[in-house]
Amino acid sequence: MNAATLMESVTHRFPEAVSASHAYRGDATLVLRPEFLLEVARFLKADPALQMNYLMDLTAVDYSTFGKRPAPAFFASSGVAVSPSAQIPDANPWPGPPHQSRWAVVYHFFSLAHKHRLRLVIALEEAAPEVDSLTSLWPGANWLEREVWDMFGIRFRGHPDLKRILMYEGFEGHPLRKDYPVKKRQPLIGPIN
Amino acid sequence: MPIETTNLTPQSETGDLETRDMLLNIGPAHPAMHGIIRIVAKLDGERIEEAEVEIGYLHRGFEKMAETVDYNGVIPYTDRLNYVSPLINNMGYCMAVEKLLGISVPERCHYVRVIMSEISRITDHLTCVGATAMELGAFTVFLYMIKAREYLWDLVEKVTGARMTVSYCRVGGVKSDLPEDFAEPCRKAFEETRKVLVEADGLLTRNRIFADRMNGTGVISSEDAISYGITGPFLRSTGADYDVRKDCPYAVYDRLPFDVPVGTRGDNMDRYLVRMEEMEQSMRIVERALRDMPRGPVQVHPETGRPIPAAEMVDLAKGGNIAAIAGDSAVTCPTLEGSGRAEHRSIATDEKRVFLPPKEDTYGNIEGLMQQFKLVMIGHGVRPPRGEVYFPVEGANGELGFYVVSDGTGCAYRVRVRPPCFAIMSALHKILTGDMIADMIPTFGSVNMIGGELDR
Repeated sequence: MNAATLMESVTHRFPEAVSASHAYRGDATLVLRPEFLLEVARFLKADPALQMNYLMDLTAVDYSTFGKRPAPAFFASSGVAVSPSAQIPDANPWPGPPHQSRWAVVYHFFSLAHKHRLRLVIALEEAAPEVDSLTSLWPGANWLEREVWDMFGIRFRGHPDLKRILMYEGFEGHPLRKDYPVKKRQPLIGPIN
Repeated sequence: MPIETTNLTPQSETGDLETRDMLLNIGPAHPAMHGIIRIVAKLDGERIEEAEVEIGYLHRGFEKMAETVDYNGVIPYTDRLNYVSPLINNMGYCMAVEKLLGISVPERCHYVRVIMSEISRITDHLTCVGATAMELGAFTVFLYMIKAREYLWDLVEKVTGARMTVSYCRVGGVKSDLPEDFAEPCRKAFEETRKVLVEADGLLTRNRIFADRMNGTGVISSEDAISYGITGPFLRSTGADYDVRKDCPYAVYDRLPFDVPVGTRGDNMDRYLVRMEEMEQSMRIVERALRDMPRGPVQVHPETGRPIPAAEMVDLAKGGNIAAIAGDSAVTCPTLEGSGRAEHRSIATDEKRVFLPPKEDTYGNIEGLMQQFKLVMIGHGVRPPRGEVYFPVEGANGELGFYVVSDGTGCAYRVRVRPPCFAIMSALHKILTGDMIADMIPTFGSVNMIGGELDR
């Protein structure tokens, strides 16, 4: 199934769940309302025409400084802006971060039977970001969601054991948030007695 | 005086022997954990009842650092993800950024990348199989396989100038072309590797000790593997034949003939056999690619008809003889052996606004210097249009995906790696449960955990 028909079949089934869609560079992408995530994911996994049996990746993006980063040079326009050559028409321009909200949780699904991929994006508000956990459908979501919690502080409703995975227990803050300074140091944890 | 023995065997109320579960902590620094992870196992006798896997000891903030440097500056960091097959990481990242930019690279460059990443795949599998065998007592096999890996790393060194942290790919191309006579040392190295594989096969496959430890241990079903997102040789040992190179072909893999070996039982033995066969298939790919790859025009001096070494080009330029070298680029040599080698022109994209020029070019002529300046100085650099892409390649452990978001500035807004062994490690507790504690060693060996890629 190609990107267009793939997006069409999900949008047709859940017209109220899908708030936007695009196929930038051929990657089929649907922006979903958070409350429909579990329902849509269950459909993706079970539907015989889709059979998305792989949750390939689960990550998040902090869009809080998107488009606000200062130009580092004296001349703001001195960079080399590259856009694709005229031979490759950019039929599907990227619509930008979803809904001007700070968080986007990004899911990449893959179907082993049909070899197609689909990206789901869930936009979350800045205060108390929380979304349903997919651990009931894919046990592999367990660690991926723990990593997103660890790195971004996004909570997953219904996760069996939401705790840090890469950082240590006493670590303060969530390092991949844009407001976490790159060079910030935290005290080393002492020996365990 | 007789020793009081009545209390030494604790009796429960029913009269049976009382048993208690024991918690055993293995790692993070333990000889059997090659790589730093910690497993807390709940044992009933020698049987593992539950296991908890703890990772994160090698976290270096790859994804955060990738947001602070320009697009080409991320490449050395990608070397350090899977440091046993860094060329595949290089390739995956560069192809993701190229997809974001909407540019394509010449055919010869695709072939060069494919050849180098298949050589890396062999070195990765050699390390994994050799280390597993060593931990089961077959030290000889480990030494043989490391010997073969040395031959292959010599090849890598010939091409890239480094053995492990190669930084060979560039956004829009590769650093430099293959050496002129690359096919010959490659043939020799493969001959040696095949010899080692035959020896290892003879020493291991029907070896009673090895087979008893590998057969039927670390079993996972195909459905479980898929639900945990496991890919690569680990998945293929269960019978599912997913290989990114076949199913979502990238570069020129759709033109090269190779088979995807699959197992049937999903145990350690099958994973070993799948890896052994994959090495042979990788050599087949390289041999075919070396035969098929287009030559591309060679850069020569218009008067002498031979390649222009960088030093000569600098001399010509200093002497004011700009006309003789206008439009030429110096020959590139990644190693320090000298710069007398011809360069095929088709190893990089024509898009000069993207491709970082070879150092010889940068120091040899003004165009190269300007091109370099425009790409590396702060505030300059390549700026892809705003967008997000995901690009998967087949790493040695499975699907290695890069998800890159650009906000139109000189450095990436977000770079996410989908590390293949993260999925396997998240299923490890399930694979270990029910096995004996001694089975943990071959199972963990066949996971081929790479700390750099797991913890990033």
